[in-house]
Amino acid sequence: MINSAHAGTLESSDVYIQINPIEGDKVEIDLSSSVAELYDDMIEELIRDTLKEMNISGVHINVQDKGALDFVIKARLQTAVFRACETKPTWGGTQNEV
Amino acid sequence: MNKYKKIDKNIVIEDRDSKICESIEESIKLSGLKDGMTISFHHAFRGGDKVLNSVMKVIASMGIKDLCIASSSLASVHDEIIEHIKSGVVTQIYTSGLRSKLGEAISNGIMDKPVQVHSHGGRVHLLQSGELNIDVAFLGVPCTDKFGNATGSQGRSKCGSLGYAMSDAHYAKYVIMLSETLVPFPNAPASISQDEVDSIVMVDEVGDPSKIGEGATRMTTNPKELLLARRTARVIENSGLFKNGYSLQTGTGGSSLATTIFLAEKMKKKNIKASFGLGGITGSMVDMLKNNLIEKLMDVQSFDENAAKSLGENPNHIEISANEYANPSSKGATIKQLDVVILSALEIDVDFNVNVITGSKGLLRGASGGHCDTAAEAKLSIIVAPINRGRIPTIRSKVNTIVTPGDSIDVVVTDQGIAVHPRNVELKKSLKRAGLTIVDIKELHKRAMRLCGKPKRIEHTDKVVAQIRYRDGSVIDEVYQLAK
Amino acid sequence: MKFRRSMLFVPGSNTAMVCSAFVYKPDTVMFDLEDSVALSEKDSARVMVHHALQHFTYKDIETAVRVNPLDSIFGHLDLEAVVTAGTDIVRLPKTDTVKDVLDMQDAIEKIELKIGRTKKTKLLAAIESAEGVINAVDIARCSPRLMGIALGAEDFVRDLRTQRTKEGTELTAARSQILLAARAAKIQAFDSVFSDVRDKEGFIKEVNYIKGLGFDGKSLINPNQISVLHNIYAPSEKSIDWAYEVIEAAEHAKKNGLGVVSIDGKMVDAPIIARAEFTLELAKASGLIGVDDE
Repeated sequence: MINSAHAGTLESSDVYIQINPIEGDKVEIDLSSSVAELYDDMIEELIRDTLKEMNISGVHINVQDKGALDFVIKARLQTAVFRACETKPTWGGTQNEV
Repeated sequence: MNKYKKIDKNIVIEDRDSKICESIEESIKLSGLKDGMTISFHHAFRGGDKVLNSVMKVIASMGIKDLCIASSSLASVHDEIIEHIKSGVVTQIYTSGLRSKLGEAISNGIMDKPVQVHSHGGRVHLLQSGELNIDVAFLGVPCTDKFGNATGSQGRSKCGSLGYAMSDAHYAKYVIMLSETLVPFPNAPASISQDEVDSIVMVDEVGDPSKIGEGATRMTTNPKELLLARRTARVIENSGLFKNGYSLQTGTGGSSLATTIFLAEKMKKKNIKASFGLGGITGSMVDMLKNNLIEKLMDVQSFDENAAKSLGENPNHIEISANEYANPSSKGATIKQLDVVILSALEIDVDFNVNVITGSKGLLRGASGGHCDTAAEAKLSIIVAPINRGRIPTIRSKVNTIVTPGDSIDVVVTDQGIAVHPRNVELKKSLKRAGLTIVDIKELHKRAMRLCGKPKRIEHTDKVVAQIRYRDGSVIDEVYQLAK
Repeated sequence: MKFRRSMLFVPGSNTAMVCSAFVYKPDTVMFDLEDSVALSEKDSARVMVHHALQHFTYKDIETAVRVNPLDSIFGHLDLEAVVTAGTDIVRLPKTDTVKDVLDMQDAIEKIELKIGRTKKTKLLAAIESAEGVINAVDIARCSPRLMGIALGAEDFVRDLRTQRTKEGTELTAARSQILLAARAAKIQAFDSVFSDVRDKEGFIKEVNYIKGLGFDGKSLINPNQISVLHNIYAPSEKSIDWAYEVIEAAEHAKKNGLGVVSIDGKMVDAPIIARAEFTLELAKASGLIGVDDE
């Protein structure tokens, strides 16, 4: 049901996110970040929370972060998920249905 | 008192060339360099220096161990020191700056004795007080005569001012001059004089002047740097100090350069002429001198080719030693006459303390320089920095490492507002009246945290890898070894 | 009145710029989902702008978004993403007719109703064709949501079968028509971008020119253009002094129950006072005057 997809860039202040479906309902995260020493836990938590909001599991997420702010990471992850699911976001009250 | 004894006049002509050695090795032998001694270098060529590495290679091959390297600063080109630390040739370092792989290795605990990080003025204080006792100084100079009269504004590779070398030459017990251009005696006027030089070695290259500025000399088009520069120029304009005869020091880097250019525009418009520009001198300062906006340049280090050239040509462009520049115990440090200084920062905390030596990950990767010297003495000390660089917050609750105490800072100019030290009540009022946005530094900190998130604390062991020496020689902070 | 001297275009696909544009304090930040965004990144830019609009850094600055036309496959998706995220203004590209505006108004209303947004989204119509210029008067009057109309010169000159020049002769008719239409409808008028960011002299010349014509402001593509433009729009020191004098005289008259006062033989009446207040507001927005500590 979920395809492989990616979003974002490797430019400074951006993040590149690759999403791949895996067996089971786990969420695996590979994180490399230019600010890992300061923010790795926060970034991982943000990714898990965002996926939970979108009801996504059974995925492997590869994150190459170049110091992106939280809202950028969230936007890139959501884009990757929308692309993977081939759905379009519906914002507003029930924006988390995908 | 002895009684005069008759002498035989017998001049050996060859003796007149006797300072010149055939090789670095020969000069080292003559100097009597032994295990456990202290050797010094200067950093006029910054990233383009070729002397330190070649001298250290010879010293290592001679089997001399347990040396203290006291270099006025160290650049990324000096990463080769790591090998000499590993082999026991170098066991102690005094420097203003540490960067690159060397900074990383030291942060990771490669040395037993903590590195002593001093300011430019503080170094001369340590020389004067005797803590830093240079046995042999290796001074690379662009041009010398056979007797050791040296300058930096002649020869093939011009570095301009020899300000740091001048102080080392004065205090070292034995001075070896390394140079690439030999001119007839007497080379006058000389920056370093014959009476302070023991040996001379001619080498192929002492440095690459194109690497002094490292790209810091072009006018920036970066919108954030320009924003900061415009804002800084407006702070100076409305500080009450902006009048005929004021004095100014700026650093390198895009913002600093642009600030100079914006200030020059304002000075032209208001018919204001500065009495002197101080410190590391850039091409944009030279332009102000040429355009009659500034009376004199006091140059301890020339940051680019234009500055080096001007020092050699313009009688109002004056070379000063590190002692004349910033030594707090000097009889006359020029910073004590300074009005405005523009400084940068890696981190600033809510108490205005500034870190210019350790990066966000706790690694040694900067330089103390003249930061704490000028901040303490200038009437108006301005720190210019964005509140965040990417996701790295610049404004912190507490800086990783204090280099310059907050008590000496007056204004912090950021991209998201200007913070004025609470002691400057009048200044704050006049900046506000001029339409500038003044905010509490705690607000800037809050904003930085909201943007980036609260960073984790950097884990470290209890081993001290560097001691930050304040200009008076006291230890103002310590840097610890990073935990694995 | 809200000053809109500078409206800074920020490509929705340029992350670094999205994360920093607010710092430069243009009067309005105008995120772009249209021409500056590649077809393959329309979706990602839309999501990015949706989040940026809600980010705290854009809470105290006016925001606009240039969406794709409603008849493209992106238009409605763009609109949904930005109206739900609270954009202050939607910039409608390629406005040729009144119907274009009304269609956009309907689409926005539907979304607002669905999510219960009470603060009405404003509209800015960009006129980018001969037909649009001809219809400018009707367009300017057709919707209460319309806060202004703007000239989009790049497409316009193509439509006219000419090209842009530094002198801008080819834009004379369009600029006049758009300005007159806006003034007749009592809304704002905005000039097109000046694309050569390195040509500071040319930019200064053009801003002086359009300011002289009466334009409220101009779309910008580079943050470095903001301060230059604001300086040109700033009131002179002399007029600030005059404004202070007027306000003082008016207050004095009010306090002492005087009906009419005059300065230099000129009567200070309501329009003069309004003019003086405007000048001081503009001086504040230009960073020329500040406030004393309370």
